[in-house]
Amino acid sequence: MTTTQPPLSILQKDGKTAKDKDPNLPADQLKRLYETMVAARILDERGLALQRQGRIGFYLQALGQEASHVGSASTLQDSDWFFPAYRQPGIPILRGVPFDDIVNEWYGNDGDTSKGRQMPVHYSFRQANFVSVSSPIGTQISQAAGAGMAARIRGDDTVFMSYFGDGGTSSNDFHAGLNFAAVFKAPVVFVCENNQWAISVPATNQTKSESMAIKAQAYGMPGIRVDGNDVLAVHRVCKEAVERARKGEGPTLVETVTYRIASHSSSDDAARYRDADEFEAWKQRDPIQRFQRYLQRKKLWNEAYEAEIQERYKQAINDAIKRAEARPRPPLDSLFEDVYLNLTPQLRAQREELLSLEGPESAELGEFPL
Amino acid sequence: MATMTLIEAVTDAMRTEMRNDDRVVVFGEDVGKKGGVFLATQGLQEEFGEQRCFDTPLSECGIIGTAVGMAVYGIRPIAEIQFLDFIYPAFDQIVSEAAKMRYRSGGEYTCPLVIRSPYGGGIRGGHYHSQSSEAYFCHTPGLKVVIPSTPADAKGLLISSIRDEDPVMFLEPKRIYRSVKGEVPEGEHVVPLGKGRVVREGSDVTVVAYGSMVSICEQAAEKAAEQGRSVEIIDPRSLVPLDEDLILESVRKTGRCVVVFEAPRTCSFGSEIAAIVAEKAIEHLEGPVVRVGGFDTPFPYSLEHLYMPDVRRVLKGIEKTFQW
Ligand SMILES: Cc1ncc(C[n+]2csc(CCOP(=O)(O)OP(=O)(O)O)c2C)c(N)n1
Ligand SMILES: [Mg+2]
Repeated sequence: MTTTQPPLSILQKDGKTAKDKDPNLPADQLKRLYETMVAARILDERGLALQRQGRIGFYLQALGQEASHVGSASTLQDSDWFFPAYRQPGIPILRGVPFDDIVNEWYGNDGDTSKGRQMPVHYSFRQANFVSVSSPIGTQISQAAGAGMAARIRGDDTVFMSYFGDGGTSSNDFHAGLNFAAVFKAPVVFVCENNQWAISVPATNQTKSESMAIKAQAYGMPGIRVDGNDVLAVHRVCKEAVERARKGEGPTLVETVTYRIASHSSSDDAARYRDADEFEAWKQRDPIQRFQRYLQRKKLWNEAYEAEIQERYKQAINDAIKRAEARPRPPLDSLFEDVYLNLTPQLRAQREELLSLEGPESAELGEFPL
Repeated sequence: MATMTLIEAVTDAMRTEMRNDDRVVVFGEDVGKKGGVFLATQGLQEEFGEQRCFDTPLSECGIIGTAVGMAVYGIRPIAEIQFLDFIYPAFDQIVSEAAKMRYRSGGEYTCPLVIRSPYGGGIRGGHYHSQSSEAYFCHTPGLKVVIPSTPADAKGLLISSIRDEDPVMFLEPKRIYRSVKGEVPEGEHVVPLGKGRVVREGSDVTVVAYGSMVSICEQAAEKAAEQGRSVEIIDPRSLVPLDEDLILESVRKTGRCVVVFEAPRTCSFGSEIAAIVAEKAIEHLEGPVVRVGGFDTPFPYSLEHLYMPDVRRVLKGIEKTFQW
């Protein structure tokens, strides 16, 4: 079992690969990976800017972690499922979710697939088998195990990918989820995105294990550490894990070693607790730049291509933002829908009570953070 | 006296007790170097060191389980749960362990600890940063549940909670963390648990409210006064133990009662107050006891301002007690 070795890496800083390590993926696949990573970053830049301008209430970026989630997610088939956390914006993009659906969720407007019920970036995209994101850390880990058990019971060959952070490994659900998945041979790839920080707590204070991957040993499944800023390495490791899962050989824990370049969220200021040196060192290992150099060597990237995709995504995202801002909030009585399939008598009465109120609505309430 | 925000008063209370009693320790997620996501523990690690104010791994179950162990052994833990919405992995440790330690051991072992947690809505936090789940804890014998609404009460009640011999859930209305300011006594300042506060005197109707709802009710009382209704507001300050006498005395005087809270209505603590009033002051009531609360839905995001009781709804509740 792989554990304490340095994380597997394919791409070097200059974009070269160690000789026999180049997976030689087809050109269109390489470009799709690259474009998704670039789109995710543009989306994140716009999201934070909108929050800073007071146009949306909250935002949370995945800066520097694009290779980790795009590389892993790209190894699944469209029929496979995600049990995501809140830091994988590239996945809906990869799955072709329209930017309108993504941006409408930030605004919680009447076009939001989840009807304005959650804070920004807590998406639910059933069309993409992207299960509704919640805030409580770790809960999706055991759920992915259960979905994997269900697929086995039904005899489907669906594979499930569950995402969580270094902090998530301390949750009860990490233990329960890995244990169940191993015992029941659930077809799950657990992707621990170790970005070194859980808000202000460094991963070294989260666990005294040598790594996150080594924990897999105790549960009886393979644990693999991979350079999370190397999209080709992440892709290779996850591809193998997905194949194992699909063949009925059970779950794998993949630790993608990466770094949270941004502050935790729009509410946080990482400069309060984090060394500038560490941050600068990781910035040099930017996953998009590294991959770009590789593509350039392969003659798949040049300035004109970059300008074209930048323009394409900026335009698409800005257009979606414009449309989202023109949409109203969800209708008032939607407050009572989806608590259950049908309104209970009490909810019906409460809805009438709200609808019958006279006088102006109170203004929108305070801001997040405080 | 110093003028402070509610959250500064919370910090001041911990600092005061940590200076007074070296058994007191503070821990939770991000409470050390960062000083807490709301900065409630700012400066404590610098002053008292990493032994007495420290970050934990990301596990609420771990935080409360270890707090129970510490309390049983004899030190005085103050455990911070970052948002009350994230307390559920620790529910077992709270309701099965902390709450029952004294009873199940026939008093041999006790569990004096404080669980501090920001709660409540009005901050655009969606349902995982807004819930008012006080009722779960009020429903658990063995736990005390305390909710301040002013800076002075925050300090005095937190100090009492730390000194209390039983486990206390100290719930902080985060919506008013920085929006209410007030005079706070320096050093020692104790407000006993189980004693409510008359926020405003009045003669026509009693409004019972706690946490961030107190200031909403004060605004409503001003409006009601313009319409010739004199509103008395009672803040119980601790839900368990509850100052029933203060509430009943007020209702016997006014003959009317409205209870205001953010939580979903069904099985809310507001329902408990309404039941007590109906049971013990029926002969004085001149109208129905009215609950103004959250709706029986999960806490919403975009429509939060409609979910939270506001002045409009409090006034309507008051009117109901007059028209029946
Ligand atoms: C159960 C629970 N406790 C606390 C929080 C508050 N919180 C939100 S994110 C976070 C840190 C998560 O760190 P990690 O798992 O490493 O993920 P990352 O944010 O680094 O992607 C915390 C403590 C939460 N959301 N859920
Ligand atoms: Mg992390």
